[in-house]
Amino acid sequence: MLRFTLRRLALLVPVLFGLSILLFVWIRALPGDPARSLLGERATPEGIRQIRALYGFDKPLVEQYWAYLGQLVTFDFGSSIRDGRPVTDTFLEQFPATVELAFFAIVFAVVLGIPLGYAAARRRGELVDGAVITGSLIGVVIPVFFLAILLKLVFAIQLDWFPTSSRQDARIDATHITNFYVLDGLLTREFDAAWDAIVHLVLPAVALGTIPLAIIVRITRASVSEVLNEDYVRTAEAKGLHPQVVRRRHVLRNAMLPVLTTIGLQVGLLLSGAVLTESVFAFNGIGSYLFDAIAQRDYPVLQGYILFIALIYSLVNLAVDIGYGLIDPRVRVS
Amino acid sequence: MRLPRTGARGGRRVVSLLAAGALAVVASGCADSERAASGDSSSGSSEASGGSFVFAGSAEPVTLDPFYASDGESFRVARQIFEGLVGTKPGTADPAPLLAESWETSADGLTTTFQLRDGVTFSDDTEFNAEAVCFNFDRWYNTPTGIAQSEDLSYYYGKIFRGFAEGKSTDGIYESCEATGDLEAVVTLNAPFAGFIAALSLPAFSMQSPTALEKYPVPEGTDPRKGDYANDYPTGTGPFVLDAWDKGSKVTLARNDAYWGEPAKVDEAVVVAIADPGARRDALISGDVDGFDLVGPADLTALADEGMTIVNRPAFNVLYLGFNQATEPLDDIKVREAIAHAVNKEEVVSASLPEGTTPANQFMPDLVNGYAEDVPTYEYDPELAKQMLADAGQSDLTLEFNYPTEISRPYMPSPEATFNVLRTQLEAVGITIKPTADQWEDYLGVTTGTTKHGIHLLGWTGDYNDADNFLGVFFGTETMEWGFDNPELFKELTEARGLTTVADQTEAYTKISADVMEFLPGIPLASPVPSLAFSPSVEGYQASPVQDEVWSSVTVSE
Repeated sequence: MLRFTLRRLALLVPVLFGLSILLFVWIRALPGDPARSLLGERATPEGIRQIRALYGFDKPLVEQYWAYLGQLVTFDFGSSIRDGRPVTDTFLEQFPATVELAFFAIVFAVVLGIPLGYAAARRRGELVDGAVITGSLIGVVIPVFFLAILLKLVFAIQLDWFPTSSRQDARIDATHITNFYVLDGLLTREFDAAWDAIVHLVLPAVALGTIPLAIIVRITRASVSEVLNEDYVRTAEAKGLHPQVVRRRHVLRNAMLPVLTTIGLQVGLLLSGAVLTESVFAFNGIGSYLFDAIAQRDYPVLQGYILFIALIYSLVNLAVDIGYGLIDPRVRVS
Repeated sequence: MRLPRTGARGGRRVVSLLAAGALAVVASGCADSERAASGDSSSGSSEASGGSFVFAGSAEPVTLDPFYASDGESFRVARQIFEGLVGTKPGTADPAPLLAESWETSADGLTTTFQLRDGVTFSDDTEFNAEAVCFNFDRWYNTPTGIAQSEDLSYYYGKIFRGFAEGKSTDGIYESCEATGDLEAVVTLNAPFAGFIAALSLPAFSMQSPTALEKYPVPEGTDPRKGDYANDYPTGTGPFVLDAWDKGSKVTLARNDAYWGEPAKVDEAVVVAIADPGARRDALISGDVDGFDLVGPADLTALADEGMTIVNRPAFNVLYLGFNQATEPLDDIKVREAIAHAVNKEEVVSASLPEGTTPANQFMPDLVNGYAEDVPTYEYDPELAKQMLADAGQSDLTLEFNYPTEISRPYMPSPEATFNVLRTQLEAVGITIKPTADQWEDYLGVTTGTTKHGIHLLGWTGDYNDADNFLGVFFGTETMEWGFDNPELFKELTEARGLTTVADQTEAYTKISADVMEFLPGIPLASPVPSLAFSPSVEGYQASPVQDEVWSSVTVSE
């Protein structure tokens, strides 16, 4: 297992190296110029020249890449062109917001998705199954952006049950230690702040978690249905094992492998979906900052953030693979 | 901890409080929160003495050192913390005394003597006096070379004073500052600039505490926008002081109780960043914020229906349809005039711009000194336009029309809508329009960075009351946007900039504005009215054409 993990970690190096080249070229191939974007509608040719020279954009692409690579090996991702802040600082500052949002979204999806999928499989062909399948179909096809706006309109504006924007009420003077606002509220025992952060998370998390929820429901249903027909389940039931034991040890455990893979794959979807959700709810995570960086051609932010996201995506997938081994010893052996 | 004051309407607040209570009960085994105990009392006192004013801008400030800022969001916060020698008369762009009670400029326009306000201290207790003034002028002049002098950092100093002590441009107009008395400072320029006093009303030229600046120096070669001073210790003489800048979340300003003037009515002002105009609107309606800037024209009715207060800023901008004279036949004045006669500005305003907007007849709004009452105008007359095009041999004229998409600027809130109205009007006189739409960044590249464009939509929001800030910006030099070389006009503008008195300058610009409208490099379309929106509980917000909006008079009732 250790060798497997180390090998996978080592493989990350060429993957990230290759990605850094692709990103570097792709971002510079985008139309538009960061200097012009920075100086706005009254940019002078002299001003643009000055900015391009300052950030080295006037140098040949290969030279620029080598300089960037030199920075990367020292874990220096450069600074934003727009506000001068180091990319690592802003990422570490905003990433907890996105993780918190993605975590709540995935918890919402898993906590609802697995029981619903299981129930649909157990009552295949019945009304429950039909309702779950229809609901999950709607969940898969509804765009995140549209759902986010709809949820906001109904639950925040019309019913006023939840706030419309940001991570915490601006009037709350809360202490932030980790930048995970819910966790911070619990650690500092500012429970009203923690609750306020949870209330702010509900709508974005539901919007973001709906597609993963629908997918998890469908995968769980399919997987459980398949396992339910396995000989070993019939044998277990025939030998008189308690139904709960059969369900937990034999059905769920075996059915969870594809579900776990799906959850792992959803992380990428959550990070990309977060860009839109964060924008609708003015939730200040990496998504909204990245969105602005694209519009402003903020090269260092774009490069740094996408590399970070790729790294995280790879690590999550590695964790899923390790999780396989823990759930199913057969994978470990192979 | 300060609990939400009016953050949520009835239902949500009750649910929140119950749930927060439940969460606290779950953790009842834990010791009581230290902060909660102190917070309860501050909550009580906060309610009694003014509470919070929560305002949503469109982005986070870039820096809290206004000298290195040029973005509206940094300036919005800076105006609460800092003050300059010169302010503006409420509701106008005209200069007015602020930290300087009066000033006198010599006949040659080179020397200005400022009499300073007595009894003013910076929020770190440093005395505000003539030495502090000269410290600031010298600090600006001695801006370090490198990134600090780049055009996006010390933008306004570069534009106004045109050079630094060291670096690429050393031929600036600043000569010296001398403290000739405790409350008298003499600033000398080496070339007259009549816009000098008006330019000092920009937040970039705010007075900053010499003590704080020396205590938190910026290490050599580093970005001055991100030093300790700019992040945590910006120190001015304004009605608010920085309480905390919670990056990515909010800037909290506390009332400066030692303020020399009328103290702020609210205890604290909180600025949050909400990029999407629709999200800002929703946040106001649901009570998450008390007010916001840059209201989308389409949201005005919805907000008014919800009982929100709309405050219009007097327009200090101009939107125009530009002609690229590097492209034939736009170099022909007869063709330009024909197009001008084809445009119905009233229709453009009513169909695509916010209510209260007035059509423009020259390249600056009427609040600017130098606005000409009498300029050549081109009445809407489609038949005449057709005739003129035929006379110019352009009966089947095809024009490329560049316009930006997915962008809203104060002077151009809905470019797509404006384009559609103009397109219909131009097609009605027989012009074939070839539309070219680009996203903002690319659009700027095409229209201002190349001559490969035709007619286009663009504009400008002024910074201070100086015609040079409009006409000089547009036509001061040869540019790829306009594609013409008119040495006579460039010379006129350069000379006007160097006139010594505002009266002389006003006269000169009045003439230039008329000349420009005769030369017709483009068609000034309108000066759209930018709007702010507030909850009905907010009163006392003073809108300013140049956004010189200080929140000391704002009250927020329950």
